[in-house]
Amino acid sequence: MMPLIAANSLAEYVLESILWDFPGNGSVAFTIAALVHVVLILTFFGVAPLVFIWLERKVAGRIQDRLGPTRVGGRFGWLQTLADGVKLIQKEDLCPADADRMLFRMSPYLVFVASFGAFIALPFGNGFVVQNLEVGLFFMLALMSLEVLGVVFAGYSSGSKWALFGGMREAAQVVSYEIPMAICALVPVIATGSLNLVEVGHFQAGGMGNWLIFQNPFTFVAFFVYFTVATASVKRAPFDLAEAESELVAGFHTEYSGIRWSYFFMAEYASMFAVSGIAVFLFLGGWYDGFGIIETLDRFVLDNGCGWLGQYTVNVIGLAIFIAKGTSLVFFQMWVRWTLPRLRIDQVMMTCLKYLLPISCTLFLGATVWPLFLHSMTAGQTDIIRAPMGDRAYSPRPAAVQPLHKSHSAPHPAPAAAIIREGSGKEA
Amino acid sequence: MTGHQLLFWVFAAVTCGGAIAVVLTQNVVRMAFWLIVSLGASAGLFFLLNADFVGTAQLLVYVGGTLVLLVFGVMLTASGPFSKMQTRPGELFLAGVVAILLLGLLGSSVCSVEWDRVIAATNSGHQITNQQSLNHGFNRPEEGNTGHPLGMAFLGMRPDRDLVAGNKTLSTGYLLPFEIASVHLLVVLIGAAYLARAKRRVHPNEL
Repeated sequence: MMPLIAANSLAEYVLESILWDFPGNGSVAFTIAALVHVVLILTFFGVAPLVFIWLERKVAGRIQDRLGPTRVGGRFGWLQTLADGVKLIQKEDLCPADADRMLFRMSPYLVFVASFGAFIALPFGNGFVVQNLEVGLFFMLALMSLEVLGVVFAGYSSGSKWALFGGMREAAQVVSYEIPMAICALVPVIATGSLNLVEVGHFQAGGMGNWLIFQNPFTFVAFFVYFTVATASVKRAPFDLAEAESELVAGFHTEYSGIRWSYFFMAEYASMFAVSGIAVFLFLGGWYDGFGIIETLDRFVLDNGCGWLGQYTVNVIGLAIFIAKGTSLVFFQMWVRWTLPRLRIDQVMMTCLKYLLPISCTLFLGATVWPLFLHSMTAGQTDIIRAPMGDRAYSPRPAAVQPLHKSHSAPHPAPAAAIIREGSGKEA
Repeated sequence: MTGHQLLFWVFAAVTCGGAIAVVLTQNVVRMAFWLIVSLGASAGLFFLLNADFVGTAQLLVYVGGTLVLLVFGVMLTASGPFSKMQTRPGELFLAGVVAILLLGLLGSSVCSVEWDRVIAATNSGHQITNQQSLNHGFNRPEEGNTGHPLGMAFLGMRPDRDLVAGNKTLSTGYLLPFEIASVHLLVVLIGAAYLARAKRRVHPNEL
């Protein structure tokens, strides 16, 4: 049986190993693959907020010297969110008399779809991605920028002053913070020369020193700037001006209740994980553990001929590492939320436009100049990974992003860095 | 009908339906919503053509950027709760004439293309790219993933053409036109900031 890992996509695997003599198999395989992916991501999309909301309440409780939920589902109250969800489904679906009914009902779905769509391009491990887009990072940033539209529509259509103020603040804030976010995300992209998140992950194989945050001084600073801006762009405290409950009742979702209200929060917690996942891939080594354990396992599986099952197991371990890293960043966002006071709206805008935007532009400029500087300092003996994209343009691309089904004999994707070094050696 | 064709029809229908709804709606913000539907579905058409970059740029620039500004502008400037758009019959007539002319132009240009020759040329082009540029880090056109070739073409490197022509470089980059466009945008931004600045003149006696 052909290993699942060696197939370029799930559709190819289904086509070649299960449905190879089935009539009209192309569309059937495509549909099956699409359904499997949708179910997997929807499950993650549903379960992650379930866990994160429980975690948020526990973290908030601990920080405020309380216990948080303790009753539902045993000692730690871990079923609390599920009970809340059941309650929210039962509630009446209210729509205010002054509201624009169509927009009021549609906007939670818009937020939900935008946040959910971003997960199409987010890899959960080595090759565990729905669509391995070459512009994966760009795609995720583009889709997450659509989330603001749902919030603005919700604020506008509610027919309430609080909601309108919340929506306007959200629009002003998110439109401003998108700029430094995209520029900061480009800083590690300059170092790797790829927008494909799987490829960016492969660049960070090996020890912690290969993580892009330690690539050069600019990526190091860019991580912290990115994380600040990402926290603001998913409207988390101290930047949650859109729902500032001390001033605006509940901001843009004042008039919402029941399951529509909960869609906003599912999307918010899923987006927290999505921006954290981007941070993990761009700065913190993707699915690699930082101590070389994944590489050792990869080597072990290859040498002992464990086949596709061994490969798959290693990838599942990588998936666990990625989710652990992403969750710890989400935990950090919660920690910040319950520790820092909320900024005023003018302070939020000033932080972005007067400080974060110039800082990120400087980082971007520095990251582009850094390889040239390094090149002149070390008399041309630089690592090819650290070179800008032009140097890599004509060198063969890493095995990991080649169509893998064409190389049945060598399904093991060697670390990208090694292959690039070999390639550059041949050309020289 | 293959899955591809089915998806094409779905996206095409949603694009056209959203566009018609934009025209028929009176409420400006609802128009923006239908514009999201229409532009999003046309981004889906780009994804169906494996043009990932163009589809994503469509989402980011038009849906995520322009529409947010549109809605923001309506919220800042509207005097009533839900601003309606009043169109006079003369305006409707003029817009209809322009729309019919544009439709005729597009239709005639689509009909005048010799599709057989285009398809043949595209196929031969694919073969060349397959042979020559696969080893140089470029994947087959039907696979999509256009980001890498687009970026290189931007800087004036066209391996899909240059490799065929030997060592000669045939193409020039798109960097200069892009920079000219971005300087224009910068001028617009500075002009907008100048117009929107606080116009209160501070009297020396008030200080």
